[in-house]
Formats: sequence, C-alpha cells, structure tokens
Amino acid sequence: MISLSPTAPPGVIVSEGLATDVMCFPTREQYFALVKSFKDDDFEMCVDVCGVDYLEHRERSLPEDVVATRFEVVTNLLSLSKRRRVRIRVQAGDDAPEVESLFSLYPGTEAMEREAFDMFGILFTNHPDLTRILMPEEWEGHPLRKDYGVGNVPVQFKEAPGPR
Amino acid sequence: MSEPTIRSAERIELLTAETSEGAQELQRRSETASNELGREVGAVLRLPGLTLDPESVDFDRKDDETMIINMGPSHPSTHGVLRLMLELDGEYVLRTKPVIGYLHTGMEKTGEQLSYVQGATNVTRMDYLSPVINELGYSMAVEKLLDIEVPERATWIRMMMSELNRISSHLVWMATNGMDLGASSMMIYGLRERELILAFFEKTAGLRLNLNYVRPGGVAADLPDGWQDDVLVICDTIYARTFEYDELLTGQPIFRGRMVGVAPLAAEEALALGVTGPLLRSTGVPWDLRRTMPYLAYDRVEFDVIVGTYGDNFDRYAIRLNEIRESIRIVRQCIDMMPAGDYRSQDPKVTPPPRARIGESMEALIHHFKLFTEGFHVPQGEVYSAVESPRGELGCYLVSDGGPKPYRIHVRAPSFVNLQAVSLLMRGGSMSDTITVISTIDPIMGEVDR
Repeated sequence: MISLSPTAPPGVIVSEGLATDVMCFPTREQYFALVKSFKDDDFEMCVDVCGVDYLEHRERSLPEDVVATRFEVVTNLLSLSKRRRVRIRVQAGDDAPEVESLFSLYPGTEAMEREAFDMFGILFTNHPDLTRILMPEEWEGHPLRKDYGVGNVPVQFKEAPGPR
Repeated sequence: MSEPTIRSAERIELLTAETSEGAQELQRRSETASNELGREVGAVLRLPGLTLDPESVDFDRKDDETMIINMGPSHPSTHGVLRLMLELDGEYVLRTKPVIGYLHTGMEKTGEQLSYVQGATNVTRMDYLSPVINELGYSMAVEKLLDIEVPERATWIRMMMSELNRISSHLVWMATNGMDLGASSMMIYGLRERELILAFFEKTAGLRLNLNYVRPGGVAADLPDGWQDDVLVICDTIYARTFEYDELLTGQPIFRGRMVGVAPLAAEEALALGVTGPLLRSTGVPWDLRRTMPYLAYDRVEFDVIVGTYGDNFDRYAIRLNEIRESIRIVRQCIDMMPAGDYRSQDPKVTPPPRARIGESMEALIHHFKLFTEGFHVPQGEVYSAVESPRGELGCYLVSDGGPKPYRIHVRAPSFVNLQAVSLLMRGGSMSDTITVISTIDPIMGEVDR
C-alpha cells in the first residue's frame, strides 16, 4: 500500500488490486489535483488513459464510499525512479461524462484522451483539440459504448452520396 | 431521380468532401487556438524552467507565407496508412499533425465479442511485426486475473519466442529504414534474415505471422524436435550479419548525413510525451521493462540495456542494431537453460485436453467441448499488465465481469503514443527529414489504429 503525498487532495480512497497494483479512486473534482500530486511525487510518465463503459456491469466491486457511475476513466501513471505504477480510476459520470484533461501535466495524454472521447464520448475539459481520432469526423455515436450495436451500422459517410 | 454522382477532377468539392477528415486535419493558423498551435509546433514542455523558447515558436506567421501539404495516407514511406499534414516554409517544416484512423477496424470492440480463448487471435493482429509479444501481453493479463501459474518451460519458451520476434521486428525496421534512405540492399538483407526466424515460427506454431502461439495458460505447442540446432543457426547467422549491416550503414556518409544529429529528442520531452521503447532509451533513460520491472524470467538471464545519448535518429538506429545482438544473447541463454516439463498449464479449465484423451475420457470430452464453445470464465476484476515490445511498453488493460468474454479490453499501443512525438521531432527539420523521422519512430499502423 502506498501513502499519498502530502499535496494530494484529502479523502482520496486508495485500494490494492490484483498482483501489485495500487488503485486510487478520486472524485471528479479531486482527479486533477491527485494526478498533479503524483507528478510532483516523481511519477514522471502517464502511460495510459482509457475509458470504460460499465453499463452492463454496474455491480462491479469497488471500495466503499465510491459512487459507481456508468463511465470510468482509468489513468495509469508510472514512476521510473521508484519503479512503481499507480492506477487512478475516476468515476466520470452517467449521462454527460466529463473529467479534467491532463494535457497541462502530461502533454502525451493528448491523443489518449482524444481516443477516449472518440470511443466513449467522455469530455475532457481544457483539452486543446478534442476531435475524433480513430473514427471519421462525421461519424455518429461512440463505438465502444455498450449500447452501441455491433455490425449493424451501414458504412456510409454522410458527405459521400451515391455508389462508391 | 437525383443527379448522378460523378467523381472527377472538375468536381473538386466532391473529392474534397469524400476525403475530408474535418477538424482532425491541420487547420490554417487563423483557425487554430494557441494551445493547439503550440502542440502542433512541438511545444510539449510546459513545466517551470523548461518552457519552450518563445523565439523558436513563431506564432505570428501569416497564413499566406506558409503552405500546408498533405503526405499520405498511402505514401510509400509512411509505413502503412499514416497521414501527416505538414505546414512548410519553403523546405522547412513548421507544424506537423498526424491524422490517423485509416486502419481502424475496431479491434477493441471485437475483443469484447470473442472469448478469452479466441482473444489471442485478435490481439496478435494489432502489432503485426511482433505478434508473439502482443499475445504475451494479453495472456499475462488474463493469467493475472485467473491467478494461475504458468509452467517453467512455458515461461522460457515464451521468452525465447519473444526475443526471436524482437529480432525479426528490428530486422524489418532495419530493412524499411534502409529502404527509406535509399539503401535498398539493406531492405533485401533485412527481409532475408527475418525469413530464417519466420521459418522457425512456421515450424513451431504452424504459421509465419499472427501465430496465436502464446495463449492464456502457456503456449500452443511444444518446440519441435531439434529446435536447438535451428535456433543456434539463426543466432549464429544473424549475429555474424549484424556486423555486415554495421559495415554497410554505420560509417556510410550518406546514411550518417541523414541520421546523425537529425531530429533530436530530450529525455524530459520523451517522458512528458509518454514515449517508450528505443525512442526513450535513445535519450539516455535506461528504461526497459525487461530489466526494470522484470516479467517472465528476464531477471535470470544476462543482457544489457542499450542506451543512447543524443536521442537523434542515429541513436535510435544504433540502439535497434545493438538490441538485435542483445536479443541473440538472451536466446542463446534460453537454449542452455530451457527446462523440461509442461509447455502449458495442466489446469483442465483453461487448457484443452490432449487429442488422444478425448476419445477415451468423457471428462476430457466435456472440457474440450466447454472450452471451445463457451470458453473459460474469468473472475471479476480488472488488471493492467505491461511487457516490453520492440516499440516500447505494450500494456493490456482487461476488465472482467466474471463471464467468458472480456468486458473491456484496452491495449496501450506503444506506437500510438510514440507517434505523437512527430510534431516535436519534425519542427525545424527539412522536408526530407520527415521520412527518416517517421522511419525511426517505427510506427506500426495496425497497432496505432487497432
């Protein structure tokens, strides 16, 4: 179990996952401040940011006091000097998922956050360029959401009428 | 009847509409917010004391002084379907923006429809130059959730196969990089040597690419009889030939002119961007997951982590060339230290029974049937597991809801993240340097777009 740095926002729930994983469960408001405290605490690299849609798996096991929402943003931080990882799981909301962008702390998260936006429709405030990254710009819907069907979307772009 | 659609040079607006990626593209300066503009010119460091020199970011350029050109998605040296939009001032690159997604096939969505048994066939197609390591990252994540032990021999087979795969991946890199620089003999040599390894893969797993060899619980098949001789020949041949490449490229004036000092990367910038693999090591950061966070049996073999100094194109080349030699060193130790025993876990819930047992044992038949119709159930939970792929940290984030299919499978693709460094690496370089920069980043578009 790790102890959070003194600059971390108070009240963040820490829990131990499988193997040696350490997880933190901040609220949306605590999220940015928590990541910042980790960054100041020698977590030099943000390895991964991804979204998860828990629509069909609401009763997942979470520590007490964590209010489960449909969308979750999972951020993996890595400390090269301490050789440690920490995973931050923030409950992003149900209908209009939105968390703060980490771009000003780790510029490399730019593309990963765009991917989470593209695939799940999670909004990242203060992101410089929140556009789709993998899907075409005029695509409707967010494909990795659980209520987005598999294989029943006609592959036809709006702006390209007529046979190809 | 509506008017028939005719796509021709006279109807540019239609061609533009069909190929438009809208806001994903590089916009004119007047339409770009300063934050985004800063990113496109490669200003990554916003930390105190490390801010980019304002002199070198010319925010005030007029749009009519520069030209935005499009490169790709089907350009021969973009290694797949990478599209770059470059803003040029004459011959020099001011801004760059990669536009990706042309190879997006929804593999993470597909992964949610496939059982854990089938999952390896899906992930193996992501980074098509290092299929074994993709399968390894996935299998290790599944095994962590299942909490099963992998037999000793399986661990060593996995290690040997992933090192062979690393060699073949770096050889393809050497080949394509040579091709990009006009050294077409390197292209032929690189692919020739890779053929040796692919032939061994075929002998072992039955397939040359997309092997589906490493599976949750172990590996698909034991090594073939006489494998030591085959692997020794591969090691000896390729080791001797790395010195030929050295002679062919390292001192070659044209090669050096395009590699030495071109597109340098600083360690702070690499860390801020999350860049891993040879790109990170070229900046002097000795970070290799095989050494720093050992998995498999990497803590029991001897090898060196190759580190560069300047982070330029040449360092990235030198690191990959020397990593081939280090991988050969590991493979040689694997031959000596390969333990006997099972090549896959004997847990009947995970591993299908041997073919011979199916005819004589009802239980084996049931297990076989259950495994290949429904698959095995994985306990609830979520896990992140990372391995060192030839391109950097390959992570697999798995969420299980207790069923036979992953609830969510996310692959942290190293090339996807590394590719975001192009804006930084290309700024101020000449147009011809873009080719070497793309090449030394070594993006695999199958993995970038997944």
